[in-house]
Amino acid sequence: MSAGGDLIEKTAERHLREPWDELGLAGDRAFAYQRAGATFGIWIFIASEVLFFGALFLLYTAMRLEHAADFAIAARETNIVYGTLNTALLLTSGLCAAIASQASEQKGLQRLTLWCLGATVLLGLAFMAVKGVEYREDIEKHLLPGASFALKEPTTQLFFGFYWLATSIHAIHLSIGIALVVRLIWKEWREPGFLFESPQVEVAMLYWGFVDMIWIVLYPMLYLDGRAG
Amino acid sequence: MSGASSDASTLANPRELDLGLPVSYLAEGRSVASWLFTTDHKRIAILYALSITFFFFIGGAAATLVRLELFTPEGNIVGADTYNKLFSLHGIVMVWFFLIPSIPTTMGNFLLPLMIGARDLAFPKLNLISWYLNMAGGLLTLAAVLAGGIDTGWTFYVPYSTVFSNTFVTLAVLGVFVSGFSTIATGVNFIATVHYLRAPGMTWFRLPLFVWAMYTTSLIFVLATPVLALTLVLVIAERTFNLPIFDPARGGDPILFQHLFWFYSHPAVYIMILPAMGVISEVITCYARRRIFGYSFMVYALVAIAVIGFFTWGHHMFTSGMSPFAALVFSFLSFIVAVPSAIKVFNWTATLYRGQIGFESPMLYALGFLGLFTMGGLTGLFLASVPIDVHVQDTYFVVAHFHYIMVGASVSAYFAGLHFWWPKVTGRMYPESWARFAALLMFFGFNLTFFPQFIAGYLGMPRRYYTYPPEFQVWNVLSSSGAAVLAVAYLMPLGYLTWSLFFGGRALNDPWNATGLEWRTTSPPPRQNFFGNPQVLAPPYDYHPEATPPGDEPRIAEKGALT
Repeated sequence: MSAGGDLIEKTAERHLREPWDELGLAGDRAFAYQRAGATFGIWIFIASEVLFFGALFLLYTAMRLEHAADFAIAARETNIVYGTLNTALLLTSGLCAAIASQASEQKGLQRLTLWCLGATVLLGLAFMAVKGVEYREDIEKHLLPGASFALKEPTTQLFFGFYWLATSIHAIHLSIGIALVVRLIWKEWREPGFLFESPQVEVAMLYWGFVDMIWIVLYPMLYLDGRAG
Repeated sequence: MSGASSDASTLANPRELDLGLPVSYLAEGRSVASWLFTTDHKRIAILYALSITFFFFIGGAAATLVRLELFTPEGNIVGADTYNKLFSLHGIVMVWFFLIPSIPTTMGNFLLPLMIGARDLAFPKLNLISWYLNMAGGLLTLAAVLAGGIDTGWTFYVPYSTVFSNTFVTLAVLGVFVSGFSTIATGVNFIATVHYLRAPGMTWFRLPLFVWAMYTTSLIFVLATPVLALTLVLVIAERTFNLPIFDPARGGDPILFQHLFWFYSHPAVYIMILPAMGVISEVITCYARRRIFGYSFMVYALVAIAVIGFFTWGHHMFTSGMSPFAALVFSFLSFIVAVPSAIKVFNWTATLYRGQIGFESPMLYALGFLGLFTMGGLTGLFLASVPIDVHVQDTYFVVAHFHYIMVGASVSAYFAGLHFWWPKVTGRMYPESWARFAALLMFFGFNLTFFPQFIAGYLGMPRRYYTYPPEFQVWNVLSSSGAAVLAVAYLMPLGYLTWSLFFGGRALNDPWNATGLEWRTTSPPPRQNFFGNPQVLAPPYDYHPEATPPGDEPRIAEKGALT
């Protein structure tokens, strides 16, 4: 076990940061503590993000309560094929992210970690590509709120106002997630072995999971309303 | 003090124990880059202190012009548009770039790790980033001012801010939005630090109340700020892309904006007052030489204010046409939040009981806080009652009320803390008699400025107008004269504190003979804060349990450079 102990000791050396390196704890304990702190920090940030999107969902709820019929009409105009495809892409990326997060903590699974991170990025990019195609179709169908809006019912524009806003805020979050994962891959490429036990993997993957979950709420709001029954 | 040497290791008093610590954080690197790229929480606190001082005087200059215009009933100095821009500038800058960051980012940043025996905050780089975000936000907002100003008031109410205003709303709102990330980052950092970096023996119920105040404030930072962020995104989106979200003409709901805005902005009031309460708990115990009365209830009260504060936002909207039942609930909850506030006021008062009270300048500011906070809080109960609120809605009564809390209480506490910890932060003593004079002048100037506004408001003088009926002139002359006094009182610390940096006597490690870990290191502390790993063996505020200290000890053992 001495080799394993060495590896852990080295990992701690590589990843330990101020002020966690001066707690008077042994290297591996200090590192475990730093890991826990980093994970805790991102959870607090996610709590903050929940309130951010919570306000967005509240907006939708309030508007839909006032204009339920128009919202059903407008929601039928979104493209459910793209929406569903994107849901599948994003959920699969979430699976890869979860595997990467777990694999990064296991010795000998560095290759798997790297492959899963790569797959996560590619699926995220595929989501963005599909979204781009969908946006183009929406613009061609005159679904941008404004003078040349396609639907007659006045408050359908509210729905599409929300649609553009919510999907673009989600896309910004996803882009940040992609950037974080690309950064991890780049770090591993610069310094092989970086990903092993790095707290940054779990932090980035928790954020990725959160962005996935937002989409799971957005999907029924934007694509399924008005299509049931 | 006789001839302070330039040698950093020279002790202020030769009888003081030489802690043998490395050079102070101020001496470690003197280049500009060593400040701009620092991850030292103490240096970041100084960066914040410089930026909020800058914003404080910008906001103050706007307020000065507002009060100058209101000296006479006619519009003599500025027109309606300029007046609107001036009070908007004053509100936006003072709320978002002075009051909200004031105590948490300066004293919180500096003291939180010191008070819990940590080396730094949990995420030092994030801490630095948060200062840059704050600066970026502030400069964007200032850019909006330089480009021509913004006239929506600090609340950005729709549909005025989205449909009608032709000023630089988007830029200013963007600035506030960016600064929101800064406060969220600070909140995450503080919460993680308190959870993970407490020294051995520093249990939750041994935390100084200032740390508890930072913790509860951070909870509000993290949970309320994102709602404001989204609301501002909606305003920007509606202005830029002509979305119909808040536009009643196209089915949108402007009242929804008010709900979202006040869901943040009411808790934001507690962001401004909770840190102040933390400072006062430290100062009053030290200068009364007493344990805090009812420590655990002080903690529960902080938590209760933070939690209940999230459910009272509707009292800003009693006249918006909300259902009377909703108004009743919000009114009730607003009364409830007064209970923990009252617990705190009574406990501070009880702490003074049989204490060895001294009137050093931080204590004068703290006692000023007590009075002004009580005034502000009690008039808050007037406003929480629906019938009175409807009567005085949008009058100077409301202006006076929130200035008593936000300026009277919060800014007094800011100055109390500034003077209390100045020796620790800078290693220098300020001239005590000047500080006492400034404290008294500030209290007097403040009351002269804002008490007449209660009367003018109750008599029906509306807010946000640059002219007013002549019968209100006497109150406005009083108020504007008070503002002049207040301006002098605010400028004085700028003068003598700056003077003390160069000519003040060297401070002892613990000039006030205070308890608390931050006094168990050098003044100013070294980069690593402590030598070795501090251990905490006793609860906070370990002052004399009864009125007199043991034996013939003087009230404060070593007075340092106090004259």
